[in-house]
Amino acid sequence: MSLDLPGFADPVADAQATFRSVLDALAHPGRIAAAGTALAAPPSLHPATAAVLLTLADGDTPLWLPPAFAAARDWLAFHCGVPFVATPAAAAFALADDLPAFDQFGSGSDVAPEDSTTLILQVAALGTGAAWRLSGPGLRTPETLAVTGLPDDFAARWASNHALYPRGIDLLLCCGRTLAALPRSVSVQEG
Amino acid sequence: MTHGYNFAYLDEQTKRMIRRALLKAVAIPGHQIPFGGREMPLPYGWGTGGIQLTAAVLGASDVLKVIDQGADDTTNAVSIRRFFARTAGVATTTVTTQATVIQTRHRIPETPLRDGQIMVYQVPLPEPLAKLEPSRAEAARMHALAEYGLMQVKLYEDVTRYGHVSISYDYPVLANHRYLMSPSPIPAFDNPKLHMSPALQLFGAGREKRLYALPPWTEVRSLDFDDHPFRATRAPQVCGLCGAADSYLDEVVIDDRGSRLFVCSDTDYCAGRQEAGHGG
Repeated sequence: MSLDLPGFADPVADAQATFRSVLDALAHPGRIAAAGTALAAPPSLHPATAAVLLTLADGDTPLWLPPAFAAARDWLAFHCGVPFVATPAAAAFALADDLPAFDQFGSGSDVAPEDSTTLILQVAALGTGAAWRLSGPGLRTPETLAVTGLPDDFAARWASNHALYPRGIDLLLCCGRTLAALPRSVSVQEG
Repeated sequence: MTHGYNFAYLDEQTKRMIRRALLKAVAIPGHQIPFGGREMPLPYGWGTGGIQLTAAVLGASDVLKVIDQGADDTTNAVSIRRFFARTAGVATTTVTTQATVIQTRHRIPETPLRDGQIMVYQVPLPEPLAKLEPSRAEAARMHALAEYGLMQVKLYEDVTRYGHVSISYDYPVLANHRYLMSPSPIPAFDNPKLHMSPALQLFGAGREKRLYALPPWTEVRSLDFDDHPFRATRAPQVCGLCGAADSYLDEVVIDDRGSRLFVCSDTDYCAGRQEAGHGG
């Protein structure tokens, strides 16, 4: 029963540290940051994923949770108090293990592009695997991020999201106790 | 927990709300995002927006520097520094290179910033179009369409009237080739430091309840014309205390006979130069 698992040992300090990791990762696309270092995550969630949700999700952020994460549902309801939504377009956060189609999520409006979904994707490895070349704000020169667990056509699929800029979704990649981020502003090439 | 308050004063739900908005702001450089600004224990205009952003990012291991018009020792800077020393127990400093978070009112330090530092700007008027388009809804639509002709016309009228663009502070910039952005009322002299800065820059407006951001290494262009390129200007004097010829200067009246002295606005930079043996 995942409800037996505690949340952060120190809710204030751990949430702050996790937020700074996410902020650092988003401000430097492709940079791998630590998250959920001492956290016991419920089944189906990586510690980094659990830490991000404890840090950012609450009653104001509808969460789209595919059936594969059913084992974490009670834990998320108890610790974050998130409402669960059936339609991905209405979600502030969405969880996935395999990259879902981006166009089902909310991409914001022209006036309020921030009203978009943040997708948290759990991947098999960060730092090893297929290399992706990133460029854009946050990067002085193009950088490479290696990920195991992204589809082969990721660059093309991301390009359709990036083309919506300033609308579009932001992507957090979580693996174990690490995370990396791709804000909508970054462009991705195979590399 | 310090003195009955949560760490860094704000409650956790408020911090979560600000943090979510900050992450979106980083993903959309220069775009203003509304946030649920809270009442702070000091008046609007004293940096309530900056303080809420600082409270949302600050951690126990951070070292905080607060400057007001470049100075570490003015009322606003001293009280905000003491506020966080008291409510968060963080270490504070006046030395730019030692700080991890720098809250600033209207200046960017002369000492180059580095990767890992976070600048938090206090912003009175986040909407760069406010003086040209009184309707907020209309201004939001202009941002949505990237329709910034009105601002170009304003600059053009300056050129025809004065021969140059007559904006000396809060000089509008274009962030990441997309959003027209107010750099907060920093002198136009500081605008080039916004461009490709290694530091993360966050902007908070408390009264207007908006925040926006510039990620590190983001292109920030001051609006100009091909035949009237942007120029960062400063007083032609050198600093009367440290002799710096490259820093932004304040003009201070030093007696009742109208004598004047030009000194660095950045007190840490000036003190550092004086310690290194430079004199005016």
